[in-house]
Amino acid sequence: MSEFAGKDRIAARSVGRSEVGAGHALFGLALLAYPAVASDFFLTQIGGLSLIEGMIALSLMTLAGYGGMVSLAQLSVAGIAGYVVAILGHNDTGVQGYDWPWAVTVPLAILAAAATSALIGWISARTSGIYTIMITLAIATAVFYFAQQNYVIFNGHSGFAGIPAPVFFGEDWRAPVPFYYLCLFAAAASYAGVLYVRRSTFGLTVQGMRDNERRMRALGFSVILHKVFAWFLSGIVAGIAGVLLVWFHGRISPSSIDVAASLNILVMAVIGGLRHPIGPFVGALVVVLLQTFASDLVGAERFNTLIGLTFLIIVYISDDGILGLWRQFAPRFDHADRSAG
Amino acid sequence: MTLHRTSIIALAMAACLTAPWPVLADETLKIGVIATLEGPFTVLGQEGIRGVRVAVNEFGGAVAGKKIELIEQATDATPDSAVRAARTLVEQKGVKLIIGPLSGDEGLAVKDYAKTQPDVTFVNGASAAQDFTLRNPAPNVFRFSTDGAQWNAGLGTYAYQVKGYKNVAIVAEDYSFPYTQVFGFLAEFCKAGGRVASKSWVPIGNKDFSSVIAAIPDNVDAIYVALGGSDAVNFLSQYQQAGGSAPIIGGSITVDQNVLQSKGKAREVLIGTPSSGPVAELTDSPAWNTFAAAYKKQPDAFPSPSIFALSYYVDAKPLLMALQRTGADLSDGGKKLRETLSKISYESPTGKISLDKNRNAIANEFITEVAVASDGTLYKKLVKVVSQTNQTLGFPEAEFIAMGPVGRDKPTCGK
Repeated sequence: MSEFAGKDRIAARSVGRSEVGAGHALFGLALLAYPAVASDFFLTQIGGLSLIEGMIALSLMTLAGYGGMVSLAQLSVAGIAGYVVAILGHNDTGVQGYDWPWAVTVPLAILAAAATSALIGWISARTSGIYTIMITLAIATAVFYFAQQNYVIFNGHSGFAGIPAPVFFGEDWRAPVPFYYLCLFAAAASYAGVLYVRRSTFGLTVQGMRDNERRMRALGFSVILHKVFAWFLSGIVAGIAGVLLVWFHGRISPSSIDVAASLNILVMAVIGGLRHPIGPFVGALVVVLLQTFASDLVGAERFNTLIGLTFLIIVYISDDGILGLWRQFAPRFDHADRSAG
Repeated sequence: MTLHRTSIIALAMAACLTAPWPVLADETLKIGVIATLEGPFTVLGQEGIRGVRVAVNEFGGAVAGKKIELIEQATDATPDSAVRAARTLVEQKGVKLIIGPLSGDEGLAVKDYAKTQPDVTFVNGASAAQDFTLRNPAPNVFRFSTDGAQWNAGLGTYAYQVKGYKNVAIVAEDYSFPYTQVFGFLAEFCKAGGRVASKSWVPIGNKDFSSVIAAIPDNVDAIYVALGGSDAVNFLSQYQQAGGSAPIIGGSITVDQNVLQSKGKAREVLIGTPSSGPVAELTDSPAWNTFAAAYKKQPDAFPSPSIFALSYYVDAKPLLMALQRTGADLSDGGKKLRETLSKISYESPTGKISLDKNRNAIANEFITEVAVASDGTLYKKLVKVVSQTNQTLGFPEAEFIAMGPVGRDKPTCGK
């Protein structure tokens, strides 16, 4: 990860205040106006799902991009939030399901996810690079198999079905338009949170640890504590996404959090770009679009090949996903843009 | 003005998303087909598609003057992927008729989704989960094939009375389809007076069965094995190597061509193995022969139609018949179509099929035994037809429901 460091610092300086400038306002308006032109399918199945999976990828991206810790367990963290909602709230499966109100289950779910994330962070904080990946992969696999084989708590292979989204303020929040705005609000809040934290003292300290851990330790910072807290924060983002995901599907089972799905989250973050928090959302949108429409382009039997090839091409020609591509092919525009800002 | 570069990409993408999609002519009738076209069950999903195509060809590719357009949607056998496929078909492609999915848990997930789309008519593919129709059924979900418990109708009684097995061990995979199979077997076997010595639940794709084999008591009369594909081959060969000698009772997908073609000692042990299911080589029946001949014309078809081709076929055909009868008119949200569907009764390749009040099939099941053909190969010889099996396996409905939903511990077998 350290090779990102130099470029990232330059990028951070150059982007500066333009981050919350007109580009964001215009983009935000476009997202707000999207329901006016999109069908229900594009609102939820593409828009909503991209925002949710983008948030999970964002939680991975913040750890990887700013902390140098690539975690394959973020989907498991989101899954724990989803399972908590299914177990403590209502489900139709007849296993667990305590019918607690959403106002109780949702905060508990997010807290459980954040605490799990912090625990994973604490376990893996002493490792770096490929070892972090291995540990988090092992944890993701363990969570999957535990959920798959535990029938008392997780209801095994079948998982939970019939989990409703709440109805409040007179809205059914699983109806397409309200659900889209709910996802948009959560995603925007997470995005803004990441932008804020990365330039806070804490965020800069974590980035310092990514670049030179020994020096930061010599300066008197507690590396473990900072890392664990970074995991906790990213766990909150993943947890919110996990709650939305279970409302979206209305169900959760081990197949929702299996290793292939976890790797998909990494793919989203990587092809979107790891240097800016918008990257995971771009990556999630591309992956969701491909997963939905690839079978129309090349038939139901070969669509995975198309998805794979797309990833390969993006990763091959760009050092930082789609964001990197943009920087490579529009340098002049980029320059003019910056001077105008 | 400042425009952040990434924002522009995203804006451009958003613009693409709202572009209009091509609208098809009115004269085609879109039918969505959900099948496992990726992952471990790919071959089975392809079989399902063949079954649907045979049914469509039978109608000349059109019903009531409208050309049928099949839209295939792939899943990987997980419930999530099945719901995603159904959503894409209904919400994006505007499909009002769906055939599928293939596996048990997929079926349960699609049933839940079907409740949110009352105007769409869902007909099963090959999902054999009991609660696809038995508990909390969806009014727009139909199953003209039978469930995994029905597939084992008659087998428990046959094993107890004809084969004389009083005490069996169970070895099965740990998910809903084998639960349903074990349920169907034990419901009758226990009622007849049989006992269960041990139950072993193994994960799908298990390679090493040594601990499972060690846990099987020595004094069992037989082992009921509900494993599929390579799991079955692995278990049977390892059981032989470990010196096991108890006879086998097969689940509906346990004794398939793979197992029958195996060499060595396993082969000897298999002779006489009873199993049961919705398919048998009914070479005396013209209806079966017609179907088998049409099936073999499909590209890459197997020598004989499998459970999955037959299941998708027997589910697709009544849908087409009902469409034909109602003039393929879905303008009332498919209400008339579903009324017609629920009353359909027809002669399938394996005999008469009609629906019960939960829209689940009442159909024939077949008990077979592995036998040696004149050319030395093993085949499944038909020994008994369990005529017109209903979903409660002949039990009174209240008693059957009281046994509880399928699971590792159901039924309790007298304990």
